[in-house]
Amino acid sequence: MDNLSTPLSKVKGLGSAKEGTGHFWHQRLTTLILIPLVLWFAFSIASMPIDHATLTTWIRQPTVAIALILLILATFYHAQLGIQIVIEDYVSTHSTRTVSIILVNFLCLLFAIIGVVAVLKISFGS
Amino acid sequence: MTPQNKLPLSPHLQIYRLPLTALLSVAHRATGVVLGLGAMVLVWILAAAANSPETYAIAYQHLGAWYGQIFLFGLVFSLYLHFCNGIRHLFWDVGLGFELETVDITAKLVIFVTLALTVATWLVAANMAG
Repeated sequence: MDNLSTPLSKVKGLGSAKEGTGHFWHQRLTTLILIPLVLWFAFSIASMPIDHATLTTWIRQPTVAIALILLILATFYHAQLGIQIVIEDYVSTHSTRTVSIILVNFLCLLFAIIGVVAVLKISFGS
Repeated sequence: MTPQNKLPLSPHLQIYRLPLTALLSVAHRATGVVLGLGAMVLVWILAAAANSPETYAIAYQHLGAWYGQIFLFGLVFSLYLHFCNGIRHLFWDVGLGFELETVDITAKLVIFVTLALTVATWLVAANMAG
């Protein structure tokens, strides 16, 4: 017997990180959703004057707010997954690596929340 | 010298001229990290806009300054490079485009489309600014 995995762990296929191909798969799913959102965002911002009045009027449109929130969530999830891989590849000291990954997770979560709250405040604010 | 020592050595990473695909791979990671930081800056500006027109005016002033313009240009370029190479990665993920000639063609295509999209976005913005 050269494989010590239990039949249950083999059939679950989640490996030692307990998430299987989840990381890889979520990176790809966020890529797919970011393709249209990123093009829309870049060309929308480029094609309008970004003074305060124009920008907030634009964000107050419900469809824009929805797309922006989706963009913010997908961006920071994608960034968190990607930067984690970079850290895992180049930071070899175990403690530094773990602390960096936790820090990146928190930062991405924090900025995603700041972004969503900002969009909602502009949308519902007077 | 023993015959063994005359065998060709694998060149060190700093001496070996990296193929285009390897350079793009490094650039993909570098631009990914840059975009992560850039996204945080954009969210910060968005928060400034949500806070008040006055705080947004400060951010607006910084964006209009030379370093703000360099930041925006770098961000747009990084965005499109990561965007195009990311799509290339998606094709690889489904098993397409692994032939050496194809890999080289798509690498050049990524650079071409990146430059085209960067120029297009900048033209739209410049046209807007008048």
